[in-house]
Amino acid sequence: MRLSAAEVAHVGRLARLELSEEELDCFAGQLSAILEHVETMGRLDVSGVAPLSHPAELRNVLRADEPRPCLAREDVLAAAPAAEDGRFAVPRVLGEEP
Amino acid sequence: MSAPGGQGGAGGSRPALEVAQAVRAGEVSARDVLEQALEQIAGRDGELRCFNAVTATAARAAAEAVDGRVARGEDPGPLAGVPVALKDNLCTRTAPTTCSSRILEGWVPPYDATVVTRLAAAGAVVVGKTNMDEFAMGSSTEHSAFGPTRNPWDLTRVPGGSSGGSAAAVAAGLVPVALGSDTGGSIRQPAALCGVVGVKPTYGVVSRFGLVAFASSLDQVGPLAATVEDAAAVLEVVGGHDELDSTSLPLPAPRLREVLAEGVGGMRVGVLSDMLADASPGCAAAVRAAAEALTAAGARVEEVSVPELLHGLSAYYVVAPAEASSNLARYDGVRYGLRVEGEDVETMNARTRAAGFGPEVKRRIMLGTYALSAGYYEAYYGRAQKVRAVVAEAFARAYLGAEVLLAPTSPSVAFPLGEKTADPLEMYLADLYTIPSNLAGHPAMSVPFALGEGGLPVGVQVLAPALGEREMFRVGAVLEAAADPKARAPLAAGARA
Amino acid sequence: MSGWEVVVGLEVHAELSTATKLFCGCPNRFGAEPNTLVCPVCLGLPGSLPVLNRRAVELAMRIGKALHCDIRPSRFHRKNYFYPDMPKDYQISQYDEPVNVGGYLDLPGGRRIGIERAHLEEDTGKTTHLGGGGRIHGAERALVDYNRAGVPLVEIVSRPDIRGAEEARAYVAELRDVLVATGVSDGRMEEGSLRVDANVSVRREGTGELGTRCEVKNLNSLRSLGRAIEHEAARQVALLEAGGEVVQETRHWNEDEGRTSSMRSKEESHDYRYFAEPDLVALVPDEQLLEAAGAGMPLLPAERRLRLAELLAPRGGDVPAGAADQIVTVVSLGLDDLVVAAAAAGADVRLALARAANEAARAPEAARGLDPAAFAALVRMEAAGRLSATQSKSVLSELIEHGGDPAEVAGRLGFEGLGDDALEAAVEAVVAAHPEEWDRFVGGEEKLAQFLLGQVMRSTGGRADGKAVAALLAKRRQGAPAEPGSRR
Repeated sequence: MRLSAAEVAHVGRLARLELSEEELDCFAGQLSAILEHVETMGRLDVSGVAPLSHPAELRNVLRADEPRPCLAREDVLAAAPAAEDGRFAVPRVLGEEP
Repeated sequence: MSAPGGQGGAGGSRPALEVAQAVRAGEVSARDVLEQALEQIAGRDGELRCFNAVTATAARAAAEAVDGRVARGEDPGPLAGVPVALKDNLCTRTAPTTCSSRILEGWVPPYDATVVTRLAAAGAVVVGKTNMDEFAMGSSTEHSAFGPTRNPWDLTRVPGGSSGGSAAAVAAGLVPVALGSDTGGSIRQPAALCGVVGVKPTYGVVSRFGLVAFASSLDQVGPLAATVEDAAAVLEVVGGHDELDSTSLPLPAPRLREVLAEGVGGMRVGVLSDMLADASPGCAAAVRAAAEALTAAGARVEEVSVPELLHGLSAYYVVAPAEASSNLARYDGVRYGLRVEGEDVETMNARTRAAGFGPEVKRRIMLGTYALSAGYYEAYYGRAQKVRAVVAEAFARAYLGAEVLLAPTSPSVAFPLGEKTADPLEMYLADLYTIPSNLAGHPAMSVPFALGEGGLPVGVQVLAPALGEREMFRVGAVLEAAADPKARAPLAAGARA
Repeated sequence: MSGWEVVVGLEVHAELSTATKLFCGCPNRFGAEPNTLVCPVCLGLPGSLPVLNRRAVELAMRIGKALHCDIRPSRFHRKNYFYPDMPKDYQISQYDEPVNVGGYLDLPGGRRIGIERAHLEEDTGKTTHLGGGGRIHGAERALVDYNRAGVPLVEIVSRPDIRGAEEARAYVAELRDVLVATGVSDGRMEEGSLRVDANVSVRREGTGELGTRCEVKNLNSLRSLGRAIEHEAARQVALLEAGGEVVQETRHWNEDEGRTSSMRSKEESHDYRYFAEPDLVALVPDEQLLEAAGAGMPLLPAERRLRLAELLAPRGGDVPAGAADQIVTVVSLGLDDLVVAAAAAGADVRLALARAANEAARAPEAARGLDPAAFAALVRMEAAGRLSATQSKSVLSELIEHGGDPAEVAGRLGFEGLGDDALEAAVEAVVAAHPEEWDRFVGGEEKLAQFLLGQVMRSTGGRADGKAVAALLAKRRQGAPAEPGSRR
């Protein structure tokens, strides 16, 4: 299937990636080619096959409800691009809080 | 083409276990071993670009601690004084962990990956962090934000990827062993292209805690080494249950070195004929020669056709990007790493990600986001999971008649730098033979076996069912003994000579 | 609004009372300094991995039991969307395979509200919007604290069975009581440990189909929940009556302005790209988990209301008119055990309920510490006519505040002499307060007669007739306990 630049732009917003016009065009072509190849898996008969999302067959891996040490706040904020008042600072948030 | 070791004599020029034995016996100090390795790195890495960071200060402290233990008569650990290199997606307190990405440039994790802690406890000395395809997405190490690593066998060629820095560092004799990560072949393929041993363990055998995630259901950490025995020794150290990883199997590390001399008498081996068809003549010939060597060693070898395995590639290029699109969402400029300012948080996020990620990472994030998005989920992600199930079932059928399977690791020998960067799909095909094991969660290893086109090394891949590491290593040891010594990085050849 | 029916479904998020967060060992605690309760896992640092908290699973299953749900094998999914207070930019939640499915909650009025599901998920951090008056739209920048990120939540989704604002409040109040009674959550709406979103729609009375709904957010108290539903329903009715249509959307309740307003929403924000969380494994309700989930499960509010109703109206008779509300009050305040104890000690149930629902309810916390035997004795004194209602209420306040023996308190307040009935009451109170000594006395240990006598003398301030007390004790031992009023 062929992706349009508009579809690529929509995916870019979902993925929160700012894309240039050239990138939109380039990705439209490349993603289409990759998806076309991916669709060859359509040749394999998968009717009645239960999907496999993970190789691990483990269940109920649980830990005890016991506190462990936290990080020191200065270490936490040391990596922050911007911090204020012991917290991470970001530009204003538009629109809804999901 | 000549084997790439330089003059030898440095930390990487002897197998890890020999180094450890000498350090434990007090014949050589860990500090001296380290200094030789650092010297070797200083001398060669300018042209090879294996390392993103060399952690000399922390390494000296670690080496001195090992020497202190030896001096006090304490057990310095099975890898005492062994210099090791870590792929730059393994978290270390002592050095930045960048995944070769601008978005994480300079980020120093406040914690160590479980495998790093275990290596240190075993006396190994971490000398640095190795170059890789950005976030492990690639098969050539050309998708590094910091420039490509070069193949020590031929500087105009790629070392493979994504663990290209680790593979090249071992091949060049800079370190005897290194850790990589393998999501679709990222340990085995560069190992093959660089003439070293590379092992992807069973999913869950090695902890993923502290491995920066690419595709969580596929990622495994594993060793790259000059010899099968060294790879076994490292896996014995880093493997085993970890309560910090929910997907870690509740088992101790596999005991591997004890089976290396067992041979393959009576073992049933299947050669995956479908994977010979499209491989280069040199790569296909190596697998056939390996099959003959196993037959000569007493194995019962048969060709088997499992065509479903080749469909794994399509499933992989949906599943891995889908998981990656989610795993890489956190690089948003809020808590760590790069930030490019914007007037609101959405704009800041989008600009940061646009500036911080390279084209291949963006491509896969886009692909994965699309495959999971409303209206396309079933057609892509849902279907890919079914193909994944088909691959696992096909393996299960094949393993009814064989304990291990044999295949090429890579369809070709190391290719020239720049050859595949323009066509992503062409690059993806490099993983065709390695991907099925990741989808099924099975172990597989690449053993350097012969010289192929252009005198470049060819690796033979040994595949086994889940937790089949012991059988896999038995085969690996027999192949190593039967291999063309010229096909292997020089230190290993020297060790066997 | 006449001719219209208001249909409400509620999504209640309850923070679980665990010691640590859902996927890491950071303390689950409210009110700490910002970003001091964080680690690589709940900060979503690269390379970190979640490990599920056993206690959180048990508490989630405990909710399932309390709400009569089917507790099922489940798994976690990732809900992908970008927001600065979400460290991984996805939320680990349960999607199409939740732990609790189906179930119901019985409201005090007798209505049964269906429960769709109750699933486990992680909380987000807290964003403070600064500048421009704090409103999201006007803010210049925001500050993020991740202490709350990863705190375990159970989201309880009701069926659209709720009719109107009042019932919505009753549902949340009842649910909160259940969560608190079972020890699953502290239920504090003001601290955000209980949060409610309301799906509101309206339809013409008698219509079967559901109308288009709006989701109303930012409901921080039972009061705002009720007001918001009333306002939103009125808005929708006005829209429909004017020939318009309701657009399905999320609306923000503004408490100060008393109205809801549309939140800017983009198509992207609703494409969450759910997929199975590959860092976690399947969760199966095994015997060990289910046993821990049900361990020490107390009587639930509905069961406790039933217990009182049966005391008031045995054999399925009708509960007296004013008593039903009193039952609800008493159970909701946790005073029902007093009434039950009083009934067991032979006191008048109706009177005990009234005193609990009115006087005791004024200071419920202190009243919960009241000695049940003293409460029972007081009710009996009042029922026997030894105290007027006014006197009884004064004595009860004194008992709640300072404790003590009702006869003694009444005497101190000058409310009564020591007549026969008061004397009997004093004896009864002493017996009730010293069951072990009484049993030994009954068993033949004569020296305990002296002890019991001494207690009665003490409690009556020395005004009792010792011979009469001894006689009463002996008579009571013979199996003919003096019933107040029995000689009338």
